[in-house]
Amino acid sequence: MSEQKAQLVLEVASRESSERRAENLTRVWAEPAGVWGWFKAVHHTTIGKRYIVTAFAFFLAAGLLAGAMRLQLAFPEAHIMSPDMYNQVFTMHGTVMMFLFAVPMMFEALSVYLVPLMVGTRNIAFPRLNAFSYYLFLFGGLTLFAFFFVNSGPDRGWFAYVPLSGPDYTPGKRADMWAQLITFTEVSALAVAVEVVVTVFKLRAPGMSLNRIPVFVWGQVVTAFMVIFAMPGVVIASTMLLLDRTASTQFYNPAVGGDVLLYQHLFWWFGHPEVYIIFIPGTAIVSTIIATFSRRHVFGYMALVLSLIATGFIAFGLWVHHMFATGIPQMSESFFTAASMMIAIPAGTQIFCWIATVATGKVVLRTPMLWVLGFFFVFILGGMTGIFVASVPVDLQVHDTYFVVAHFHYVLIGGAVFPMFGAFAYWFPKITGRMMSERLGVWSFWLFTIGFNITFFPMHILGLRGMPRRVYTYPAGAGWTVLNQIESCGYVLLFLGVLVFLVNVWRSLRTGPIASSNPWGAGGLEWAADSPPKPYNFLDLPTVNGREALWDAAPDQPIVAGLHEDVREMLTTRLMDAEPEGRDEFPEPTIWPFVAAVVTTALFIGSIFRPVAVSIGAIPLAIALIGWFWPTRQESARRRERDIWQKNS
Amino acid sequence: MAEEFVKPRRVLDVSALPDVTFASRSITWWGTLGMMVIEAGVFALALASYLYLHSRSATWPPGVLPPDLLWGTINTAIFVLSMIPTEWYRRRARQGDTSSVQIGLVLACIIGVATLLVRYKEMTHLNTDWTQSAYGSIVWLIMGLHITHLLTDWVESVVLTVLFFSPHIEGKRFVDAEENASYWYFVVITWIPIYFIIYWAPRWLRS
Amino acid sequence: MIALLSAVPGFRGPQTPLDPAGPQALHIEHTLFLIFWITSVVTVVVLTVLAFGVLRQHAKGEIPPPFEVDPQTERRATWIVGSAIGVTVILLFVMMISSFITSHRTAVLANSSALKINVYGHEWWWEIEYPNEEQPYRIVRTANEIHVPAGTIVDIHGTSRDVIHSFWAPNIHGKKDLLPGYWNDLTVEVDHPGTWRGQCAEFCGLQHAHMAFNIVAQSREDFNNWYNAQLKSASEPQTPQAIHGREVFLSHPCMMCHTIRGTTANSTVGPDLTHVASRSMIAAGTLVNNTGNLTGWIANAQSIKPGCRMPPNPMDANDLNDLVAYVESLR
Repeated sequence: MSEQKAQLVLEVASRESSERRAENLTRVWAEPAGVWGWFKAVHHTTIGKRYIVTAFAFFLAAGLLAGAMRLQLAFPEAHIMSPDMYNQVFTMHGTVMMFLFAVPMMFEALSVYLVPLMVGTRNIAFPRLNAFSYYLFLFGGLTLFAFFFVNSGPDRGWFAYVPLSGPDYTPGKRADMWAQLITFTEVSALAVAVEVVVTVFKLRAPGMSLNRIPVFVWGQVVTAFMVIFAMPGVVIASTMLLLDRTASTQFYNPAVGGDVLLYQHLFWWFGHPEVYIIFIPGTAIVSTIIATFSRRHVFGYMALVLSLIATGFIAFGLWVHHMFATGIPQMSESFFTAASMMIAIPAGTQIFCWIATVATGKVVLRTPMLWVLGFFFVFILGGMTGIFVASVPVDLQVHDTYFVVAHFHYVLIGGAVFPMFGAFAYWFPKITGRMMSERLGVWSFWLFTIGFNITFFPMHILGLRGMPRRVYTYPAGAGWTVLNQIESCGYVLLFLGVLVFLVNVWRSLRTGPIASSNPWGAGGLEWAADSPPKPYNFLDLPTVNGREALWDAAPDQPIVAGLHEDVREMLTTRLMDAEPEGRDEFPEPTIWPFVAAVVTTALFIGSIFRPVAVSIGAIPLAIALIGWFWPTRQESARRRERDIWQKNS
Repeated sequence: MAEEFVKPRRVLDVSALPDVTFASRSITWWGTLGMMVIEAGVFALALASYLYLHSRSATWPPGVLPPDLLWGTINTAIFVLSMIPTEWYRRRARQGDTSSVQIGLVLACIIGVATLLVRYKEMTHLNTDWTQSAYGSIVWLIMGLHITHLLTDWVESVVLTVLFFSPHIEGKRFVDAEENASYWYFVVITWIPIYFIIYWAPRWLRS
Repeated sequence: MIALLSAVPGFRGPQTPLDPAGPQALHIEHTLFLIFWITSVVTVVVLTVLAFGVLRQHAKGEIPPPFEVDPQTERRATWIVGSAIGVTVILLFVMMISSFITSHRTAVLANSSALKINVYGHEWWWEIEYPNEEQPYRIVRTANEIHVPAGTIVDIHGTSRDVIHSFWAPNIHGKKDLLPGYWNDLTVEVDHPGTWRGQCAEFCGLQHAHMAFNIVAQSREDFNNWYNAQLKSASEPQTPQAIHGREVFLSHPCMMCHTIRGTTANSTVGPDLTHVASRSMIAAGTLVNNTGNLTGWIANAQSIKPGCRMPPNPMDANDLNDLVAYVESLR
C-alpha cells in the first residue's frame, strides 16, 4: 500500500461476525483471573474503580478524624484529646483530604476511569505505569495510617512549615513520614498526569478535534498540566525537608545561611495550584452534568474551555497570597492582590455560562443535577469569601482564622465534593450497570447540604470574632462556645448524609434496576459503551462529528475498522484535528508494576530510617523496571513481521 | 451459510497506518517529553532555590572557595561532544539501520561511564560539603539530581544495547533508540545552566 | 449571609477585627465591609437568577430528547453573560482599588518618633522589650503584656527565637509573622485606653492554642508611670514569708530559666519575672494572675499547658506558699 492514510469505505458486516469479534476481543482484553491476576490487571476501568474506592475510603477516614476534632472543640478547654493527639488528628485530616482523597479522587480516579471512554479508545496510555501509580498511592496511604496508629502520625499541619517540622523542633519520624507520603502521592499524580495528557493528545477518536473535546476532558487535561508544573515545587520542598532531617543538610537553618521562607515559596508554588487541581475537575463535571440535564449543548463551550485554561495559568501567579503576613514588599503585595482578584473573572465566566445553560434549557431535576445546584450555592459563597482573602489588608485579619477554614471548605467541598457526589450519581450506572435510588439520593443530598452549611457557615463568624485556626482548644470566656457547638451538631447531619449515600450504593449494587447503556440520554462517548463497559470498551471504535458525540452523530456515522484484534492494538490520531496517523499496541497485563511499587515503597520507607536505603533499594527497583519493559520473544517476532514503518521519517 | 447480513455501513479503514512511528507521532515520545518537562521543572526550581539562597546570604560562597573549574569543564566538554555520535545514531535509528544503532548505543554506554567517572572527580572538588551551610546543601542537591539522571540514562542505554544484540530487534526498538538519544540531549541541555550556576555563579556573584 | 449580617452588631469584644481600636483596624474594617456588601448583593442576585432559571421550565417525569436552542435566545444569553462578566470586572476593580488604598493608609504611619517595641515569639509565650537607644542598659523586659500610650504611633519590631509565630491583635491591626532570621515591623496606633487580646496565629506546635497576650493602652501619664516602675529592679521582699520565698526561688530550678533583676536569677529561657505580679495574666494569657492559679502553675504547669517548657516543681506546701507570696510581691 503506498498511501499511509485512513480511508472511508463501505463494508458489509454480518451480525455473527460481530459476535465472533466480541468474543475474540473479550479473550484478548480480559483481565487475568485468580489472586495473582488481581495484581496483574492493567485496564483503566479496573484501576479506575480501585482508585475511586480507595480514595473514597480515605475520604471516610479523614471525615471521621474531622468528627474527632468537632468533638474536642464542642467544649472549651476540653481534654477529650491531648494537644498532641489533636495536632496529629488535624494534620492527618488535612493531609489525607488533600493528598489521599481530593487529588486522587478528582483527578486520578475520575480521569483514569472516564477519559479513555470519553475520547473513544480502549485503554489509557501507559497502562502499566497507571497500575504502578495506583499501588504507590495505596501503599503510601496505608503506610501513613500505619504510622498514625502507632502514635507516629504527622503533627505539623498539612503544610509542615519549617523550622517547626525541621530536625530541631520535631524529633522522631513523624515529619519524615509526612514528607515521604508527599513523595508517594506526587509520583502517582505525576504518572497519571502524563498518561492523561498523552491519552487526550494522541488517542482521541477520529474527528474529535481540539474544539470538540468534551469539557470534562479539557478540565482533566488542564489539571494534568497543572500537576506537571506544580508538583516539582513540593518535590523540592519536601526533599529538602527530608534531607535536613535525615542527612543534616542546612536548607532551612537560618544560622548557616538557610531560609525558612524558601520552604513557603516552594510549597505554595505547588500549594496554590493544588486548590485549582482539586476543583477544576469539579467544575468540568458540573459542565457535563448541566448539559445533560438541561438537554442542550453547554452554553459558551469556548468561553468555558478558555476559562479553564486561564485559571490554570493565573493559578501559578498566586502563591504569595498565602504569605501576605510574612512581611513581603508592598509592590509584590499589589501584584498578588491583582492576580488573586483576576482569577475571579474566569470563575465568574463559568458560573454565568452554566446559568445561561440552565435558563435556556429544559432542566431535569435528578440527583446528579441536585448536587450541581448545591454546588452553585456552596461554591459561589466560597468564591465570594475568596475575595476577602485576596485583598491584602482584609487577609491580614482573616488569614489563619476560622474564616479561612470556612472559606476553603466552601470552595473545596463545594468545588470538589458536591460535584463528586453528582458524578457518582451520574456515572454510577455506567460503572456498575445499575441505577441508584433517586429517593435515597435526594435524602443524602439534603442531609449533606444542610449539615454542611450548619457545620461550616458559623466558622465565618468565629473567624471574625478572632478564633485562630489549628488550636486544640479555646478559653471559655472567648464567646466561641455556642458557635462551635452548633458546628459540631452540623457534623452529625453531614455524617448521616454520607451514610445514606453509602447505603444507597450498597443497595443499588445489589437490587438497583439494570441500567441501559445511556440511561440519561447523554451525549458523551462514554455512553456509547456498554454499562458496565466491556474490557475492550468499544466493539467498534467510534468516530466523532460534534462536541456531544452521540447527540451530533450523523445517521451513518462511520466506525473504525482495520486494527489487529488478536492483540491490544490502538489507533493514534493527530493532536490538533484527530486525523488517524498510526497504530500502536497497549501492553498486556503483568505483575511487574506491582513488584516495582512494593520495592519503591520499601525504598521510600527505608530512607526515613537510613538514607542509604535509597541506594540499596535502587538495585531491585532497576530489576523490576527492566522486567516491566522486557518484551517476550513471540511479541517481538510477531511485531517484526507486521511492522509498517512510517514513511518520510 | 446462514449468516444474517445487515446493511452496509461506512467504516474508516486504518489498516494501512504505520505502527513504527517516530517523534510526535509516537506515544512513547510524548511520554518521555512529559517526564522531561517534570524533571526540567524540578531542575528549574532547584536552580531558583540556589539564587534565592544567594539573595538571602551576606557572603557567597560562605567562607569556602568556589568549586574547582577543571573537572566540571572537562565534563561539560564531554557532554557537548557526545552530541555528535548521539545525533548520528538517532538519525540512523529512523532508517532502521541495526548495525549503526548498535555501535551508537555501545558508544553511549561508554560515554555514560566516562561522564560518571569525571563526575566523581567533580564531586571531590566542590570545596564544600552538604552539612556545612545552605550553600553546600543546595550545591550537592543540584549535583545529586543531575547524577541521578546520568545513572538512570546509563542503565537505560545498557538495557537497550543488550536488547539490540538479542533476538528482540523490531521496529519498537528503533523508536526506543531514538528516545534514548533524545533523553541524553535532555541530560546534556539541563547540564549547561547547572554548570554555569555551580561553577560560575560563585565567581560572578561573589560577595 | 443573612445570619452573618444580623451577627455583625454582636461583634464587640477584645479580640475581633470588627471592633477597631485604632486607625489601622478601622481602615481594614471599611474595606471588609465594602467587600462584604458587594459580594452579598452579587450572591443574592446570581442565586435568584439561577433559581428562576431552574423553576421556569423544568421537565417532569421522563427525560426529554436533547434540543437545539434557537439562535435568537442564544444571542440574547450571550449578551447577558457578556455584560455580567463586564460588571464582574468593574466590581473586582472597585474592591481592588479599595484594598490598595487601605494597604497604603495602614503603611504610611511609620515615623522616626514612634515608640519602638521589640517582640520575640517563643514556644509558647511572647517576650516584650522596650529598647532604649540612648541608654542601652535601661531596658524594660516583660512578657505577654504590651503597654502602649494611647494616641501614639508604636512600631512593633518582631522576630522569633524558635519557630514561626504570628503576632495578631485584631482590634489594633492585621497579623504579622515573626520568623527566625527575619525582622518584621508592624506600625500601630491605639485610639483610647483599654485592654485588648491578641493571639498567635501561626501554628507553632503543641501549645499554639495557649499563646495569647494583652495589649494595654494607657494615657501618656499612666504609661510613663508603668514604664518607670518596670525599669526598676525587683522590690525587696518585706514579709518573712516572701523572704523565705525568695530563698526557695533561688535554690530551686526556677532560676535556671527565669530572670528577676536585683537577684542572681538571670536566665532568659522563660519570661522575665521582675515585675510579674503587675501583669494580669500568666502562662501567655492562659490563666488569670491570682494566688490559686500561680500556685497550681508553679506546682505542675504540665497539667495546665502540657508540653510547655516549665517543668513540674514538686516541693512541700510551705515552700510553695512562700514562693507564691514572693512572686506576688514582685509588683
